[in-house]
Amino acid sequence: MGLTGVFAWLQGGGAAASGGGAEEAPDLQGMLMHHLLDGSEIEFQIFGVGPVIHLDRFAIPPIHLGGLTIDLSPTKHVVFLFLAAILCLAVFIPIALATRKGSSDRAPSGLANAMEALILYFRDEVVRRNIGHGADAYTGYILTLFFFILSMNVLGLMPFGATPTGNFMVTGALALVTLLVVEVSGMRALGFGGYMRTIFFVPHGLNPVMSVIMLIILTPVELLGKVAKPFALMVRLFANMMAGHTLVLSLLGLIFMFASAGFVVVNGVAVASVAMVTAIMMLEIFVAFLQAYIFAMLTAVFIGLIRAH
Amino acid sequence: MLYGMLALFQEAGSGMAAGSLGQLGAGIGIGLAVIGAGIGIGQIGNGATQGIARQPAAAATIQTAAIILAALIEGAALFGLVITILYKFF
Repeated sequence: MGLTGVFAWLQGGGAAASGGGAEEAPDLQGMLMHHLLDGSEIEFQIFGVGPVIHLDRFAIPPIHLGGLTIDLSPTKHVVFLFLAAILCLAVFIPIALATRKGSSDRAPSGLANAMEALILYFRDEVVRRNIGHGADAYTGYILTLFFFILSMNVLGLMPFGATPTGNFMVTGALALVTLLVVEVSGMRALGFGGYMRTIFFVPHGLNPVMSVIMLIILTPVELLGKVAKPFALMVRLFANMMAGHTLVLSLLGLIFMFASAGFVVVNGVAVASVAMVTAIMMLEIFVAFLQAYIFAMLTAVFIGLIRAH
Repeated sequence: MLYGMLALFQEAGSGMAAGSLGQLGAGIGIGLAVIGAGIGIGQIGNGATQGIARQPAAAATIQTAAIILAALIEGAALFGLVITILYKFF
């Protein structure tokens, strides 16, 4: 019964016909793509029955801006993005109201207390240590990054959930915002001349010909470095999230590849596969926290590096 | 062994299926990436356990640093995974 449930879940509740996958090989690649990629349906199906929310009905007609077409219609990952945002707001706005309304000489209690521990840890160990002077202005952004990415990662681990951070456009957008924050904070801290000196870097005490040669060689390298760091952030978060889900889905799909091999073999493979999947899901929870922390921490490091130039 | 590898490449290149050289490249690529990650994380483990052995009082700091560094190296291996998936599926 567990096998049938898993089978129905993997097939998205579609064809409940071939109960063991007898005739042709099961479409593993299609199943993988269906669960990993963005789509326009949110499914809540067990054993093939249950609601399916078709997001085509909420499609917004594309907006044309000159030669650019922007399509704002909601897809599965967009819905989960908003869900993560609403979750963060629902947790933190009451905490903020509680700490502001209550007197400042009484320690907060309950959820506010727990969150305060995390927030103070981030402010002291991550933001102030890496950014140094002027750090408190960036605490809000770093904390937002951490909790938002954490909620998106953890939403993907829930039943019927999808991981928005497993979509490289979402992590790309986060990395783009980080790039903007880092560069603008660098411009504000160093002034225009100082910022240009981070791009056109010339070491002191070189004769003019060598200076020009160094300038020509180093400028593209510096520009590439500015772009490569947020790009690395994007790929790291995306790949960590997608790899875990791909592994889990591949292991579960392995059961169906052995479906025609006899009762003992299939059940043996199923038991081993589900055991491994459980272990990997626990690792996934750890990776979700760790990758959110690393994204926030590296953003703080980059801001500190460009301000201290 | 070199002769075996040459035979392997020739088989794949003789077009048993479209994109078979691509699939071979994907397999070799991800294998090498995972070897690199394994060696890197092993080095971190080496340094971390030696540090804890020399100064048990700093165990918590060393453990935190080791986990963060391991995640960064995993990031590099997963770069390889992303390119490999591009090779395999497109």
